Amino acid sequence: MERYYQEDIECASRETMTAIQNEKLLKQVKNIWDNVPYYRQKMEEKGITPDDIKSVDDLHKLPFLSKSDLREAYPYGLLARPLKECVRIQSTSGTTGKRVVAFYTQKDIDMWEDCCARAITAAGGTDEDVCQISYGYGLFTGGPGLNGGSHKVGCLTIPTSSGNTDRQIMFINDLQATILCCTPSYAAYLGERMKEMGMGPDDIPLKAGIFGAEAWSEEMRQDIQNTLGIKAYDIYGLTELSGPGVSFECSEQTGMHINEDHFLAEIIDPDTGEVLPEGSEGELVFTALDKEAFPMVRYRTRDICVLSREKCSCGRTLIKMKKPKGRSDDMLIIRGVNVFPSQLETVLLNNGYAANYQIIVDRVNNTDTLDVHVEMTPEMFTDNLGEISKRQRALVDGLKSMLGIKANVTLVAPKSITRSEGKAVRVIDNRKI
Amino acid sequence: MAIKQISVFLENKPGMLEGMTEVLANAGIDLRALSLAETKDFGIVRMIVDDVYETATVLRDNGYIASVTPVIAVMILDKVGGLSTVLKAFTKAGINVEYMYASLAGQQSGNAYMIFRVEETDKAENALRAAGFRLADQEKISEM
Repeated sequence: MERYYQEDIECASRETMTAIQNEKLLKQVKNIWDNVPYYRQKMEEKGITPDDIKSVDDLHKLPFLSKSDLREAYPYGLLARPLKECVRIQSTSGTTGKRVVAFYTQKDIDMWEDCCARAITAAGGTDEDVCQISYGYGLFTGGPGLNGGSHKVGCLTIPTSSGNTDRQIMFINDLQATILCCTPSYAAYLGERMKEMGMGPDDIPLKAGIFGAEAWSEEMRQDIQNTLGIKAYDIYGLTELSGPGVSFECSEQTGMHINEDHFLAEIIDPDTGEVLPEGSEGELVFTALDKEAFPMVRYRTRDICVLSREKCSCGRTLIKMKKPKGRSDDMLIIRGVNVFPSQLETVLLNNGYAANYQIIVDRVNNTDTLDVHVEMTPEMFTDNLGEISKRQRALVDGLKSMLGIKANVTLVAPKSITRSEGKAVRVIDNRKI
Repeated sequence: MAIKQISVFLENKPGMLEGMTEVLANAGIDLRALSLAETKDFGIVRMIVDDVYETATVLRDNGYIASVTPVIAVMILDKVGGLSTVLKAFTKAGINVEYMYASLAGQQSGNAYMIFRVEETDKAENALRAAGFRLADQEKISEM
């Protein structure tokens, strides 16, 4: 039987949801107009005032916010509440530029934790469960967000944070953890380690995992599910909007339900900014409807995906987003071709290799080079050099047909690629442009 | 009768072979024969050791990927033409040699051992015995 954390919202009729969104949007536009001069100026430049926004149908009139606005307004320029009303900040890793620092009031944190609680409940979590949180705690939103959600659901929460793999495994076994929350690459690593220690899927007490903060492929999901003997659920979020729990997967595993009573989603053409009809692929844009301290309106995520309102077997009516192809931040443009690390991962797993890889991009004589380092696995090793080379060539061919460009494949020693305990370092771009 | 060879995956980088031999040395493993097959990026180390089980275990525990492959160790006279007579027996039986290398074992007695990897191990062994060659078994290799 499907359980919900907030059934009246998660299964609300379309009319009810639209009414909630309309009411909250009007309030939010007034909030940002009154309290964030940076955004008010953007509105004035477009010649609009809060009076022009009467319902969600008028959303397209509002100006966008993007990562560069966050950079420009850093640190307080987008803050809508006095600091004495704020109780927390969280921050991004800043790997793709300046750190984002997001502010939260207590109400903002409650809302965020509710979103995570919905995700844990959708993964089958109840107050009978033991939930191990192996996301990093601290500035990174992964640990704190799911920690709060787990408390709200009433799970016994194990705040292991990331790292110290043997201790993670000890807690999973000794305290019979049933739910694991971490990045998919760390879940895969834990699975690998437990397999080495002789634990099969039936020996591991876990039944579900909630994995996010990285792009991962369907093949990687299957892999993790088989090794750990669990059902693996995707979760999505951004620090700018709160953290994990902006959207979450249900048992159908065909996309993530957006908590649209809090986050209003649009798909736009990334080049023109035009809003695209439902079902089109484009850039995902979110308006945080009731965030107080850091009210993102029409925030461009740079994630490319598709929205769908098809009926879901789980009973939730919340709109679904397909797994993003990858952040455009992760996307590489190599010899003019768009390459997502998740595509490479698919090819690797299809060819029998593990998802432990590193992409190294460089520019030699004005031409981009793409090198992929792939770890040798016991399954793929043979004493026959010709056979290994043949498999290596098959991988090169597979990559070529998936990506449309040639990649050089180097087979490297097992465990020689740094394992992530937070986010995986998948890409090293040495190009100096 | 075939003996067990350990094959190990190594990256073709400075220090890789040394690292592996150090692991074996610390475990007290004695090498009877060793050969390297390499490509630009990686190589396969093939070796005959005194203790196959211990070697495979210690390598796996240290994060190496290793497999066990059956090979034939043939005793040949340490004189001109010694190898050629063995190969003649293979040719006669229509057996292709995938790879081969020499072993250090047995030198004191004026003999040399050659290690052969062939596709049809049993057939090759029968052909060699029929031609009067002496093959070493696992026990013998361990004792040498």
